[in-house]
Amino acid sequence: MIKNILLVGVGGQGTILTSKIISKGFVENGYDVKMAEIHGMSQRGGTVTTQIRYGEKVYSPVIEKGTADIIIAFEKTEALRFLDYLKKDGILVINDYEIKPFTVGIGMSEYPDNVLEKYKSSVDNVHFINANKIANDIGNSKVMNIVLLGKLVKMLQLDDIDWKKIISETVPKKAIELNIKAFEVGYESN
Amino acid sequence: MKELMTGNEAIARGAYEAGVLVASAYPGTPSTEIMENFSQYDGIYAEWAVNEKVACEVAVGASIRGVRTFAAMKHVGLNVAADAFMSFSYHVVNGGFVLVTADEPSMFSSQNEQDNRYYAYFGKTALIEPSDSQDCIDYMKYAFEISEKYETPVLFRVTTRICHSKSIVTLSERIVPPTREFKKDIKKMLMVPAHSRMRHPQIEEQRIAGLLEYSNNCPLNTMEINDTKIGIIANGVSYQYSKEVFKDTVSYLKIGLSNPLPDKMIKEFAQKVDKLYVIEENEPFMETQIKAMGIDCIGKDLFPIYWEFSPELIREKILGITPSVSYQTDAQAPIRPPVLCAGCPHRGLFYELGKYKDKAFFSGDIGCYTLGAGNPLNAMDSSICMGGSITGAHGFEKATEMSGADKFTKSFGLIGDSTFFHSGLTGLVNAVYNNSPITTIIMDNSITGMTGHQENPGTGKTVMGQISPVINIKALCLACGIKEENLITVDPYDLKATKEAIKMGYEATEPFVIITKRECALLKPIIKERSKMKCKVDPDKCRRCKMCLRSGCPALQLGDKVSIDLTQCNGCSVCLQICPFGAIERVGE
Repeated sequence: MIKNILLVGVGGQGTILTSKIISKGFVENGYDVKMAEIHGMSQRGGTVTTQIRYGEKVYSPVIEKGTADIIIAFEKTEALRFLDYLKKDGILVINDYEIKPFTVGIGMSEYPDNVLEKYKSSVDNVHFINANKIANDIGNSKVMNIVLLGKLVKMLQLDDIDWKKIISETVPKKAIELNIKAFEVGYESN
Repeated sequence: MKELMTGNEAIARGAYEAGVLVASAYPGTPSTEIMENFSQYDGIYAEWAVNEKVACEVAVGASIRGVRTFAAMKHVGLNVAADAFMSFSYHVVNGGFVLVTADEPSMFSSQNEQDNRYYAYFGKTALIEPSDSQDCIDYMKYAFEISEKYETPVLFRVTTRICHSKSIVTLSERIVPPTREFKKDIKKMLMVPAHSRMRHPQIEEQRIAGLLEYSNNCPLNTMEINDTKIGIIANGVSYQYSKEVFKDTVSYLKIGLSNPLPDKMIKEFAQKVDKLYVIEENEPFMETQIKAMGIDCIGKDLFPIYWEFSPELIREKILGITPSVSYQTDAQAPIRPPVLCAGCPHRGLFYELGKYKDKAFFSGDIGCYTLGAGNPLNAMDSSICMGGSITGAHGFEKATEMSGADKFTKSFGLIGDSTFFHSGLTGLVNAVYNNSPITTIIMDNSITGMTGHQENPGTGKTVMGQISPVINIKALCLACGIKEENLITVDPYDLKATKEAIKMGYEATEPFVIITKRECALLKPIIKERSKMKCKVDPDKCRRCKMCLRSGCPALQLGDKVSIDLTQCNGCSVCLQICPFGAIERVGE
């Protein structure tokens, strides 16, 4: 059985680091893993997606439409681009956080209203979390990505992997404690 | 040891394990991380060359000396290096020589999606195509063996999906083969007509014939016979996609050495299967040759010649199954196009330059600054290739002169520092030599920005972290013949000075150069230095006139009033200088 994880967000939100931790966890637990990332040309502010596939034997590094077991949107509108990648009854986690691109300011595009309602009415298994607020409450909004990692581990019931160890090995030394805390609060959030 | 590596990391690892001693590259997506990773190993020499031709020639020199060597570049880089590559092919290879070309189906960060496999065919060299990271390591090692055994350059062709996807690899020890003896022999190494004329038949009769025999009997081309109703010949990531869709229900011929193609193997495979598909992204490189062998196969009749493939596409084309839509909604995510970052030094220049958009032609180049073409800056009209800005501006200027056209009578060439070193310099010499009254703007942000911060001759550091002399761009321009009074250096954060410089450039009647000098806002020391510097909007003074939004700065947010996202803002103050109501102020040190 192959499982597919899709992380979507905006450049600078830490999706790539998160996917690094996730894939490292799977490798250490003996899974075959492939991971693909696409980021736009700009260094900041563009849509970023990373895809992780794991199982006994993985061929393609990219996820097909309708097959993602879980999509985590680091920014609340970003999952709108990828809803058709979610499999039937797949899990959708939305970080209730807004990043308005400059195109909205100059009238080139619109930032949709009531996005959360839209998700609720169109997707069966959707969960909301305000990871930025949670991260801010424990000390630094930057660790919102690890809060979301905690949520993902909970949702996919990946408890047999020692995530705290992998986080400790991946993040800078002085940030280990904060990141572990972020993982815990993310895991326990409703 | 098992590890997860991107294709680029694995290519660097494979080169290291194969005993490469010297490597040279020019950065370009999706190839950049190859050299970044290779430079981290011990016991090697790595460098950023000023361009791809130079990188290729450096590797040529190392090969002549008798050590294993590679050059790496993006696909269009090989166009620049082609002169060296094509003629080196006639040369006898001493130390193993591999040229890595990173092609980009779907053009995530490129100006075209040319299929560089033809360079191997054209240049009569071996061509190798890995399908995942483990292949990258293994095939790099084969590449050097093939190069030495058949005295051929090897073109190692990867695509974005190979370069940037991670998969599990097993690492081995590095083995450095003994340096091969360098024997002076101009008949084999000095490509003048008399020698080249002798070399060509040898290449056809020895190299190509030898490689063909090898191609039919090597571990890079493998047949996997399952059910024989469907047979698939595939290369690179298309092989992995095919396996994803069909698993063990069809038969495969995986092609890892694709020039010369394994003709006997293909014929044998074709005879075993009922229906033969050739699955390859971009051009029908294999298909055309297979059809020329008299073999019936299905390729580009079914699969597109443009853009990258996916498992869905293969499923749909062969099985007629389209993915069913699981979920959808009518809400749409806002557009997030690539944009110059908040605090980008190019912004001030483009803001002022855009004011001339109805009067001047802006001949652009390749780099972050190509983003100056978009709304709302609109200050770049064309961009073709590395170094094409100054030369294009010169041609436009001469055509204006000759045709008597009365619109867009001034032409500007816009180029970044790394691109100027790459191939802008020759264009500037050409413009001066031919008395072209164009204005060249060199946007010196002291780094190669677009590809993620690589050192260049203007930064004073090498890829291996060594200190090197800073090549002075101003002095170079003067040496090219630009007169002192026709050269001005400005800080693009200073709109008034920038505006004045552009005016001088616009009015100039001789070759003129403006250097805008300000470091990339994302350089770590700059982020640190400016971390407390911000701009703030006084909501009482803001009249929501939206003038500041014309800078296209992503930190500016429009609500009831304009506000500034402090996490992005670095206090560059371009918006402050634009605001007609004094509503924006600098805060912090």
